[in-house]
Amino acid sequence: MLRHLPWIAIGTGGLAALAHVALSRGEPVNALWVVTAALGCFLVAYRYYALFIARHVMGLDAARPTPAVRRADGLDYVATDRTVLFGHHFAAIAGAGPLVGPVLAAQMGYLPGTLWIIFGVIFAGAVQDFIVLFLSMRRDGRSLGELVRMEMGQAAGTIALMGAFMIMVIILAVLALIVVRALAESPWGLFTVAATVPLAIFMGVYTRWIRPGRIGEVSLVGLVGLLAAIVYGEQIAASPVWGPAFTFTPQALCFILITYGAIASVLPVWLLLAPRDYLSTFLKIGAIVALAIGIVIMAPPLRMPPLTQFIGGGGPVWSGALFPFLFITIACGAVSGFHALIASGTTPKLIATEADAPLIGYGAMLAEAFVAIMALVGACILDPGIYFTMNSPAALIGTDAASASAAVTAMGYPIAAETIANVARDVGESTIISRTGGAPTLAVAMAEIFAHIAGGPGMKAFWYHFAILFEALFILTAVDAGTRAGRFMLQDLIGLAAPRFIEGRAQLAGLLCTALCVGAWGFFLYQGVTDPLGGVNTLWPIFGISNQMLAAIALMLGTAVLFRMKRDRFAWVTVVPTVWLLICTLSAGWLKLFSADPAVGFLAHATRFSDAIGRGEVLAPARDMEAMRAIVFNDRIDAALVAIFLLIVLALGGFTLRTVLAARRSPVPTVREIGGASTGITREDRALAAEGAAA
Amino acid sequence: MIRLWHRCARIARAMVGLPDYGTYLQHMAQRHPGAPVMDRLAFFRDRQQARYGAKGGGRCC
Repeated sequence: MLRHLPWIAIGTGGLAALAHVALSRGEPVNALWVVTAALGCFLVAYRYYALFIARHVMGLDAARPTPAVRRADGLDYVATDRTVLFGHHFAAIAGAGPLVGPVLAAQMGYLPGTLWIIFGVIFAGAVQDFIVLFLSMRRDGRSLGELVRMEMGQAAGTIALMGAFMIMVIILAVLALIVVRALAESPWGLFTVAATVPLAIFMGVYTRWIRPGRIGEVSLVGLVGLLAAIVYGEQIAASPVWGPAFTFTPQALCFILITYGAIASVLPVWLLLAPRDYLSTFLKIGAIVALAIGIVIMAPPLRMPPLTQFIGGGGPVWSGALFPFLFITIACGAVSGFHALIASGTTPKLIATEADAPLIGYGAMLAEAFVAIMALVGACILDPGIYFTMNSPAALIGTDAASASAAVTAMGYPIAAETIANVARDVGESTIISRTGGAPTLAVAMAEIFAHIAGGPGMKAFWYHFAILFEALFILTAVDAGTRAGRFMLQDLIGLAAPRFIEGRAQLAGLLCTALCVGAWGFFLYQGVTDPLGGVNTLWPIFGISNQMLAAIALMLGTAVLFRMKRDRFAWVTVVPTVWLLICTLSAGWLKLFSADPAVGFLAHATRFSDAIGRGEVLAPARDMEAMRAIVFNDRIDAALVAIFLLIVLALGGFTLRTVLAARRSPVPTVREIGGASTGITREDRALAAEGAAA
Repeated sequence: MIRLWHRCARIARAMVGLPDYGTYLQHMAQRHPGAPVMDRLAFFRDRQQARYGAKGGGRCC
């Protein structure tokens, strides 16, 4: 009993902080309450729920050899120390998603997002990561598609693979859109990000020929180069020659990005991708740690109200009511289906013992949720007037400070035109109005926090561009790496249908699949960039639906396997989050398709515009008939995409049900694990034996 | 202090997907004595290609 006392204290502390966050009215709540609530809940969930799942639901066995032990080769399969592996896994799962979703969700106030991140990660997100890691670890580290095929059949595996490819396309489009929104009309930002390309190439050459393999050294050189680019960027932006040369419209930037993606993804990996990955990974981890320290030192109050009037729908940042749209807006951070691909990638091949799985599977996801909480805090410490000025589309608030100030004040968040202009000047930008996509908002918040700690208000512009650079850098890395991954997925899919096409002409097939992949995300990117409502409004919900759909698939796979293991009575651990995710994705998808509100439903929106075309009218925000037709076309494509996602999730639901029923009929476990029996020897036993031998 | 530094360096390398060269050498010595062993440079290039040039880009959104 005594050993539980500290945990009871932590849990009570966390819940008390959460109650304070949830119930206090009037006085602004300090951000530290939110951080404390999250930390307390996460620690207790890890100590009790993760261990409960490990011991009773999965029956983890520390004495059972993992793939890293059985198939050790010193290269792909390496038994890795748990803290080292935690770093590897966390760096792989934490990206732009947990930074952007919570910022967008702040339009409903800080409370809904906080509660969904905390409870979503404990009962859904971390469970999903953990169970997929467990499944893959027991099957030689196989990938999600292969796991679905092994446990639910060939057809189910192929459908899951198709779903994963489509999600990849949407993720790449939405990430690229965030970069476009952050860098358009921002010469300082664009210069610093553009400077990373020659810088990375220099680093690539350095690690290839000058000082091969010296990652730490070359990353330091790169970091100095980055900081110089940020400092020098201010003069570039101010220069009458270079300023305009680095100022691009969103459309132009969109084509630059597509071209960049196509070229970067066929270059040798050591030249651009690998060195930039070093930079972006270390910068990302550094910035996350700095943000955590910054929030604790600054202890800012949350200026956003706990709930806004937009919980019923009608918000300017994204459309729809709290249910179900909040639960798809915050995907990464609460529950992210994409992690199923990571947890069945390199990590299961590196895990040294099954006893490490809770820390890696469940623990790393809790750490990502903590990043999401910090992003939410960041958005909520800003003046809500500034938040809505930055995140509302220009179609609603106009493009100058006076119109934005009037429109946002009319929403109920008074903001003076001078304040808007001042914030823009502080961060060294010509304007902050309608800088949608979340990244610029978070950058303003990070500038606020970092400038409080280092440099004072004069440093805000530097820190703003540092934050933009940090986000853009790892988004670009993801675009490049994601295009390569998407290409392989596509090759696999085509290989299933026409194996001879792939075998005969590997080179050609590779180039063709790369082109298809870039073309696919480029299409959605262009659609988002030209969307008068800012694009984020349209693409982010599709991304959220697809990501949560993949999570539901992963959890359904977990459920099917639990039944096949004859652990029926613990199946609620995955069934409950599966059902919740299915309710959210299916109803959100349904509303996106069939809602009569044109702001929410794609088809209603398409009908409104095609009717107007029939009458020969041009509706705002379109300016001519061609734009009207483009809107209708895009709406229908988006609707078709959502419909396919819904069909995929329903089909896999059917396969799961079939698998579960078959497993119920069988008197014995039917699960197909690889590697079999426990040796009865744990890592501790081996360590003792080694000590004995040494003595 | 030095051990802590080495540990951090290993975590940093793991974050960008580079496994430990020493572990590889140890594995080769134990399991495949006499077999040809990649030198540090070849090992680095092999792992770099394996991480970025093959399936599963290795990171999330």
